[in-house]
Amino acid sequence: MKNTLQQVFRSGKFLVGFVIFMAVLLMVIFYPLIMTAKPLAIISQGTFFPPGIYVSVYDSIGSTQYTLLLPDAAAKRIDSTLTDQARNDMKTWLVADGIPAAQINTTNSSALMGLWEKNYDPKKSFSGMTFAKLSYYQRLDASLKGILSTTGITIAAPDPTSGALTQTGTVAQTDYVNISQVPSVKVLPLGTDNFGRDVLTELVKAAGVSLEIGVVAGLIATSIGLVLGLLAGYIGGLTDDLIMFITNLFTVIPTFVLLILISFSIGQDKRGAVTIAIVIGFTSWVWTARAVRAQVFSLRNRDHVNLSKLSGHSIPRIILTDILPYIASYVVMAFILQISSAILAEASLSILGLGPRTTETPTLGLMMNWAMIYMAELLGKWWAYLPVLITIALITFSMNLMNTGLDQVFNPALRD
Amino acid sequence: MAKVMLEVNELTTKYITRFGEDVYAVDHVSLKVEEGKSLGIAGESGCGKSTLALSLMGYYFAPLHYTSGEIIIDGHNITGMDPDAVRKSILGTEIAYIPQSAMNALNPTQKVISIVEDVIHAHQPDATKKEILELAKERFGILGLPAEVLQKYPVELSGGMKQRTVIAVSVILLPLVLIADEPSSALDVTSQKMVIKMLRDLMERGYIKAMIFITHELPLLYNVTNDIMVMYAGQIVEKGTAKETVFDPLHPYAKGLMGSIIVPERGLRGVKLAAIPGVPPNLKNPPPGCRFAPRCKYAQPECVQRMIYTMKVDGGREYRCIMTEEQIRKAYKNG
Amino acid sequence: MADNNREIYLSAKGLTKVFGSGSQKTVAVDHVDIELYKGEIVSIVGESGSGKTTLAKMLLGLISVTEGEIYFQGVKRDIRTQKKKQEYWKNIQAIFQDPFSSYNIFSKIDAVLLDCINMRGGRRLPRAKKIEMMAEACSFVNLKWEELTNKYPFELSGGQMQRLMIARIFLLKPKILLADEPTSMIDACSRATILEMLMNLRDETGMTVIFITHDIGLAYYVSDSVFIMEHGKFVESGTADSVILYPSQPYTRRLISDVPKIHEVWDLSTV
Repeated sequence: MKNTLQQVFRSGKFLVGFVIFMAVLLMVIFYPLIMTAKPLAIISQGTFFPPGIYVSVYDSIGSTQYTLLLPDAAAKRIDSTLTDQARNDMKTWLVADGIPAAQINTTNSSALMGLWEKNYDPKKSFSGMTFAKLSYYQRLDASLKGILSTTGITIAAPDPTSGALTQTGTVAQTDYVNISQVPSVKVLPLGTDNFGRDVLTELVKAAGVSLEIGVVAGLIATSIGLVLGLLAGYIGGLTDDLIMFITNLFTVIPTFVLLILISFSIGQDKRGAVTIAIVIGFTSWVWTARAVRAQVFSLRNRDHVNLSKLSGHSIPRIILTDILPYIASYVVMAFILQISSAILAEASLSILGLGPRTTETPTLGLMMNWAMIYMAELLGKWWAYLPVLITIALITFSMNLMNTGLDQVFNPALRD
Repeated sequence: MAKVMLEVNELTTKYITRFGEDVYAVDHVSLKVEEGKSLGIAGESGCGKSTLALSLMGYYFAPLHYTSGEIIIDGHNITGMDPDAVRKSILGTEIAYIPQSAMNALNPTQKVISIVEDVIHAHQPDATKKEILELAKERFGILGLPAEVLQKYPVELSGGMKQRTVIAVSVILLPLVLIADEPSSALDVTSQKMVIKMLRDLMERGYIKAMIFITHELPLLYNVTNDIMVMYAGQIVEKGTAKETVFDPLHPYAKGLMGSIIVPERGLRGVKLAAIPGVPPNLKNPPPGCRFAPRCKYAQPECVQRMIYTMKVDGGREYRCIMTEEQIRKAYKNG
Repeated sequence: MADNNREIYLSAKGLTKVFGSGSQKTVAVDHVDIELYKGEIVSIVGESGSGKTTLAKMLLGLISVTEGEIYFQGVKRDIRTQKKKQEYWKNIQAIFQDPFSSYNIFSKIDAVLLDCINMRGGRRLPRAKKIEMMAEACSFVNLKWEELTNKYPFELSGGQMQRLMIARIFLLKPKILLADEPTSMIDACSRATILEMLMNLRDETGMTVIFITHDIGLAYYVSDSVFIMEHGKFVESGTADSVILYPSQPYTRRLISDVPKIHEVWDLSTV
């Protein structure tokens, strides 16, 4: 036993899979302890906020202001408005206006701005210029106003009684605040989803729930498959025929359709995470049962089983001591595969809207579902679905790696 | 004086275990096989005979390592050759090797003739398919295999046919020396007889100039090889002609071996078989003296204390024991 | 052995085993009659595919009989219930060909011997007595119990494992032992040891031994009677001398001529 464990942990594939899986598991366990926010709390007004660090503007104005003289601060400011596209468009307008192209240097901001301010006329329209293009240039011009100036802005607050604006402060272009002194800062590494929930916190909780569903469903499916496979394989005869008949029923009816039907008939109200897990478990044991049965068939006529019979051992004893240990490694591998396929089954169900109730707990599939309904991928809001996909992939990939690693340990013929 | 086809001098090879220990599976083995002669190597499993076969081919892949000694084939010293060089220049042309259960080595997706083509093309890339087919038909015919075998896939052949096919293909390039490791042990008795006949034919027709036949079944050696060598715990304990070794063994282990031969012949039923008690020593820490002493009926205290060398007897016989020939015969007479 | 001493232990009439059905039928054993006397050593000789192992398993009660009857000590055998099977197996035991697969690799080998003591009703014996019995059995087969205890099967060699199987029979003392190719996976050098032990066991306990083998030399050496089996039928039977020294059937003659000889000339031209 100890020797086997040593070998298992020496297998490269198993180790990699194990490390990834443990990383996910530890994240699921420890993240909620550190970040105590409720996973389904809606924290943003508005959908799909991009990932980043959110700093309260109001608080930063009130915080201590420091003057930092950074050489590239002004250039960065200009470049964020004067994009390359904008510069080229300005050159196009100026050339159309009659200024020789050689004189226009798009890299020199001040020269370009100078030319622009001198020559731009919002009412001027060239041949071939559409109305939309004219409007575009007008908007561009408006956004460029004052881009080169270095004066600051004035903050004014309305007087509570008269409503008149009185200056409360100024903000110079060289004023900076220290984020750690700003009282209200929110880090949203994965932004918010369509409801306005913190995607990362939600994701961690969802991964935990999906894993839970996977393990419960896996346990149920493996147990049923193991018992049925053992009985069918060892006792044979009528028992085998009966069990195979049931198995064939479950094979012919596509499991997924069965899942959908059961899920649908349970009704929205009764569908909790555990219920879904049970449903998945009771419909996916077929493969395990068949595989166990095949293994037991090949073991049944071995010499040590025959000698056990000749020693007068009872049938339950033979199954437990002479057959079960020989298929144990196989069953462990089957269990791992069942977990990963259960997680995928739940995800598929949830994407169809037949998963657990949406109001209580998130699951990986549910998050995918929401992202799809709210067209996150069309809108380019990658943080709403890509991390979920990667998490599902990581969990199933790590489990399959562990499975392959175990396979190599238990089946010497596969070792490279 | 006949030409010596294979000469081995004090060959020592070792296995390096996972834990870095040295196991000397072949310990200072020397032998000579002359042209037209065959040598049988007998011993129980674990005595090193299969390792000796691999070593003779220069097949040193980890964990098997060459330590010392010489191997000379037809005057050509191949000691210390790189295994890849061995494969290209020696295997098939100078030495052919048939491992145990060789019949399982046939590629199931290739017809036999295709396998023959591969073997010949590896050494004579210019041979045409027609030439190869003619040659194969002729050789297979002489060796008792019907020409249809060439067009079959290995899975269509019986175990005995497969083994004989493997042997025929191995000698297609007329190697000088053939090393056969248990060529017939996985077969039924009828196929076994056919394989033995084929090996005898190969020698008689001169397709191979020398043969080494390794097995633990002594009756086979008696009927195939000229000389027999008995190995125990990596060392040679007896060497002589087949007749001498089987009917007049000198070394106590050889005597025990010959005494345990079972053949369906008149008079056998009353004879009590010699059973050798105990097990061979662990080669990780071989005992300093005679390796057979713990199991030997005639062991003396001196046997375990010092290294025992082979004693030579007139006529080319050898045995590794502290007693003289006279002492041995007297001891056997007294039981 | 005097005739009035010969009690028939095991006999069978018309024993047949058919596998499969319809067009896929294989007749493994075809209406075989056999009579085995107390204390006799018998060999059933055949090549692979002759049905000898199937016959052995039927006699042991491990597989069902398609046709025919088996009588144990004159009484028709009835092993329809698990309890009756367990009673039957107190009288007939087996040793199989592959020593490695005869053991449960997850149990220590002590369990094998303890099982035998329990089967003989010794479950309540004090531990010291059990150890004494196990040590005696081990020494009968030249093994030391102190060296074997608490070991797993993979720590032993093939020869040791097979000898331990014989120790198991020593403890069980069945009336009939069926040995299915007990030495074919053992080196020629160690065969004599195993055979000697089996013969000693027979001499001490008077049990009947049935050897199943493909090795006709072995059959000649150990047996009183020999049965030659081909394609599920007995083609020749009789005392060892009569069958092997004076074979009447061509199949028997072929089997004998295919085996290498050392005292007589082995004729290879009849291949």
